[in-house]
Formats: sequence, C-alpha cells, structure tokens
Amino acid sequence: MSKVIAINPTQDFKDRSRQVLNNPAQRKNFRGAMDFLQAKRRSQFQDQDELQGLRELGSQIRRYSLAHLPRLLEQLESNLTARGVQVHWAQTPDEANAIALEIARRVDAKRIIKGKSMVSEEIGFNHAMQAAGIEAFESDMGEYIVQLAGEAPSHIIMPAIHKTKQEIAQLFADEVPGVTYTEDVDALIQIGRKVLRRKFAEADVGLSGVNFAVAETGTLCLVENEGNGRMCTTVPKVHIAITGIEKVVEKLDHLPPLLSLLTRSATGQPVTTYVNMINGPRQPGEKDGPQEVHLILLDNGRTQAYADVELRATLQCIRCGACMNHCPVYARIGGHAYGTTYPGPIGAIVSPHMLGLGSTYPLAFASTLCGACNEVCPVKIPITDILVRLRNEAQARPENQGVPLRGRGTARRTTVSAAWRVWSQMYSKQGLYKLASWFMSRGRALSPSEQGAWTRSRTPLVPAPKRLRDLLKDLPE
Amino acid sequence: MSARDSILGRLRATTLAEAPALPDVAGWFAQHSRKEDSTQRIARLRSALEMVKTEVHEVTPANWIGMLLKIAHDKGLRRILIGAATSHGDALATCAPDSLQIIRYEQPIEVWQDQLFDGVDASLTLARGAVAETGSLILWPTPSEPRLMSLVPSLHFVLLDADTIHTDLYSAMTAEGWADGTPTNALLICGPSKTADIQQTLAYGAHGPRELVVLLRHPQGAAV
Repeated sequence: MSKVIAINPTQDFKDRSRQVLNNPAQRKNFRGAMDFLQAKRRSQFQDQDELQGLRELGSQIRRYSLAHLPRLLEQLESNLTARGVQVHWAQTPDEANAIALEIARRVDAKRIIKGKSMVSEEIGFNHAMQAAGIEAFESDMGEYIVQLAGEAPSHIIMPAIHKTKQEIAQLFADEVPGVTYTEDVDALIQIGRKVLRRKFAEADVGLSGVNFAVAETGTLCLVENEGNGRMCTTVPKVHIAITGIEKVVEKLDHLPPLLSLLTRSATGQPVTTYVNMINGPRQPGEKDGPQEVHLILLDNGRTQAYADVELRATLQCIRCGACMNHCPVYARIGGHAYGTTYPGPIGAIVSPHMLGLGSTYPLAFASTLCGACNEVCPVKIPITDILVRLRNEAQARPENQGVPLRGRGTARRTTVSAAWRVWSQMYSKQGLYKLASWFMSRGRALSPSEQGAWTRSRTPLVPAPKRLRDLLKDLPE
Repeated sequence: MSARDSILGRLRATTLAEAPALPDVAGWFAQHSRKEDSTQRIARLRSALEMVKTEVHEVTPANWIGMLLKIAHDKGLRRILIGAATSHGDALATCAPDSLQIIRYEQPIEVWQDQLFDGVDASLTLARGAVAETGSLILWPTPSEPRLMSLVPSLHFVLLDADTIHTDLYSAMTAEGWADGTPTNALLICGPSKTADIQQTLAYGAHGPRELVVLLRHPQGAAV
C-alpha cells in the first residue's frame, strides 16, 4: 500500500488529456463503458413523462433542503445525538482527518476498513491515516482494485472503470499472494471476497460515506450492491460516517423519489441490492452493530458555493455520475485527466469550491456546453450555466463585487481582456467596424500563420478578400 | 469559534431570495403509485427478485419448513443460523434433521465472530414486508434476529408473508409510519450481493450472501 500516485490539481490537465486521447485502447474502454451505462439508464426511464416529473420532484426536494440547510443540519444533529450518534463538524479536510484520527487513536485502532466514500477521497483520508501509522483498506471491489494499483478512482460510481479485466487479472496475480492469473470475473471477485472478509473481521473501525441524511428521523441512508458497506457499518466496533453538509433532506418520505432517481440514473438499476438505513449504534440487548457511531459533517468549500444563488445549485447533486456518463469530454479523456477527486461535469463545477478556481478553472473550459449533463441530471442542476459562470469568474477582475470566490480572476490576462475590449468597441460602433474591416481585408496577407490552439490541428484564419459590404455593392441591381 | 458555529454562521449569513415550499411527495405518489391488487403485487415482486438471481418459492404455513429443508438438502447445507427466540426459527429447529445443524444467534458477535464468518452455511430471517415495485425485502433486524444474519452467511433464506407486500417504498413507509420510529438499522434487500466493478461484468456473491432464497408464505387455505 506504499505506492501512491499524487493527483495534482489541474495545471497539467491538457497534457493528461492528450495522453489519453493518444491511447486508442483506453479510449475504447471508456467509450464501451459509457455506452453501457447510458443504455442501462435509458432502459430505466422508458416513460418520458414519469422521468421529467420525477426529476422535477427530485429537484424541488433538493432545493427545499438547501433553502433550509442550517435548520436541517441542526435537526439532524439533535436527532442523531438523541440516538447515541456523535456528530462532528469539519471546515477543512485536515480538520476532518484530525477528527477521524482522534477517534481511531482513542479506541487504539490499527486497521480501518472503508466502504465507498468519495468524501474520504476528497480529504485524502487514506494518506492521512497511513501517515499516522493506521492502515486504511478499501473494501468496495472497484476501490480495492484501484488501491491495489496505487491509483485513484476515475469515476465516482465505478472507480475502476478505466481498467480492463486483463489488467485486473494481472494486478491480482502480481499483488495478491497465492493468486494465479485468471481472467474469469467470477473468480476474480471471489479472490477479492476472500481477502476482504478477513479484513472486515479484523478491522477496528469502519468508515463509510452517506448518500442521504434524514433530519426528521436522524437516519443515515447508504445504498450499495456489494454488501461491503453493510460490513463496514456493522462489523467493526466503531463506525465513522463522513459526508458533505449538503447531503441532508428533511423528511423520511423524501427518500423514495431520490433513491429511485439515484440508482436508476447511476447504474440503471431500479434499486440497489442494499438500502441501509442507520439510526444509531448498538442498543442494549442487541448482539451486533458498532458500539459507537460518528458522523463527520464536512464543509470544504461548500459554504462558498452556498453563498451564491446560482452556484448553490451545485450542492443539489446526489452523486449519481450520470453527467459524466453522458459527457462527450469525459467519455474521451476519462476521470484521471481531470486531476480532481470528482471528475466530469459535476467535478468541473464542484472542485473550484474545494480547491479554488486557481488550479481548477481549466475544467470549466473543458466542455462543449452541449448540455447532455443538464438533460440527464436527476435533480436538474443547470451545469452548463454554472460552467459559463465559472469561465467568467476565472477571467473577471479579482476585486470584482459579489460573493467571495477563491481564485476569481486567476485566468485573467491583460492582453486578452484588452483584445476583447477592442472587439467589443469595434462591433458596437458602425464607423469603427467599417474602418477596421476595410483594413483587415486589405491586410489579410499579414494574418499570422500560428494562431495558438486554433492552428494546432486547423488551417489559419484569414479575413475574406472582400467584405460582405463590398460584395453587396458589386451585386448587379 | 467552533467549526460547527462557523459553518452554520456562514450558511445563515446567506440571504435566500426564494423560500421553496415543501415538495408534494404525497401528491406525486397519489398520482404515480401503481394501483395493483395483491396478486399483481406478488407477481411484480417475484419478477423483480428473479431478475436479480433470487429464488422465490410460494409456500404455506404448513409446508414452508418442508420446502426449506428440501432446498437445504439439495444445496448440501450443513449449518443454518436462526434467531435466538423466534417462532419460525424454533419451528424449523424442531423439524430439522440431524444432517442440518441448527445454530442460534444467542451471543454478542464478539464472542463467536470467527464461527459466524467461517462456520455457517446459511441463515433464516423473517421479513417485515416487501416492496413490489423494486423487489425489495424489508428487514428490521431485532435483538432476536440481528443485522449480520442477513449479511455474513453464504445463503440467506427470507420468510416473507404474502399479505405484507406493499406497492412501493413510499406506501410501505407511510402505511407503517416509519417516520414515527425507526429501528437501529432498517434494510431493504433485493437479491444476493453483487458487483459490476470489473469491466461492467455482473458477478454475484461480492461480500454478502451468494444466494438469496425467498419463501413467500401465503395464508393457510389461500390458493398457491
């Protein structure tokens, strides 16, 4: 577990994208996986009216929950506390890791077994635990594969989507003691099952994410297919759940529509194998379940998004991954190219709040704005509007009015801004336009042959020899 | 200032232009819930469960034990886990042949974890109900039938009474008033554990049971 690939913020985004684009095998993997997931989702939403009605309901529930977020968080905390769950608040990844570490140290934990949690990836949980001498072991099959390979997940639902079964077969043969090479998927899964069963039994602490937290009942709801989530939240003596502050809903009956949207949008399943609703630690008389349950509520930039009425919609996300499954950019470059915990369209709009626009603004430009993400989003986040907003923010004056936005103006270049100012003047004043177009058509021979990114795979742009105005003049009456 | 106060303070500092009304979830389900009778609900549940490799056997109060024992024999099960004090568990224990060892979940998990993980082939639990729409079995683990019974053994028998099948999750939770009191852990289970994490290839028996067998028990005298 010592191998670690450091995923850098997005300075090298273009280089990584080009690497994938030049790798036909990897592109074929992604294309195949995306086609598969798109078809699965489509098969679940045959009735367009039902789909649109349910999306509207899901969107209303999420917007309602956000509008009442501070109240719901307090209600959640008070109901969970009444059931014996200890609630912690963390503003930063460091604070969240410190809270988890303190709990682990108090119970003298040597091993932590982990269910799937993107928030734990977001805070670099595994590295923080390893640095403190505690083993953090992934138990979701995809996460286990990715951890064994010393990589990071490339998709929020299907972490090992970038790997073929041949690669996984080789990985198991190389890394799991006593395993011989096999490409049989059932056999590979049984190998993982065997290794991980021992880990569940030996672990001192189980860590999980949360799909929805219900305020009125104090319920942590987790969905999964493998059963590892239930293992992590039931077998070890301590369960730590970690989630972003936005995951709360008010009513228990808000769950059925959101669960239906989540599983159908994510993997095209009417429901997952397990829907796990946790309301507290082991009660007197009960014979299993953790003695302690903790919930860590993480901000990490979410309050920045919350402060802006347009950007707040980012927090409606229920992490289904449909936007990346349908994104023409994600399908071509895969998740690792983004360099952020959350890739794809949702990653492009949520990461700037976690990491600042300074390192993440290129992601906002990595979109054709085709709108496929908007169409499939189960809670109707206007993703492309937010992408355009972030592009503008990246190029705005840093001192601009409005809510604070970390990294605003990072991409601003005086030359570019000046060029656009000139363009804007020229195109809004008739006399100036006439004069400028006259000079451009006459001076077309002076057009540069190198025009930045444009000419990397295209011929240079050259003004027409005659302006439209001149052509019209020459037209016979 | 504590992290809690800082976070809540930042959220409260935001003025919200809109104050959306509570979404009308009841209205949606009133319009979209299927209007099906018991026979249709059973058929829908069966088909949803069978889609995910679950065996469903229709039984009666008189013959369910015989059916379970036959399946156990056919599958070569040797050790089955039952609850500490349940009428269905006790009934099975009374009828079980010597070839099928009965293990009761009587001790806290810490005392016998290794045996549970390595020395049990199957388990039997009672479902509280089911959701026809998605094929989900509703389990509310109790001190008698704890959480790990439906997770650790390789094969899980679920006894489900046919008159406890709801149309969808919304009707189940509202009809039973879940919001007024939920147990430590409530579960919906649809099929044996599974994964598609290796090249989108579906494989059963990931971390939980490899097989799920539902004994759908009709009331005495009802046509099966």
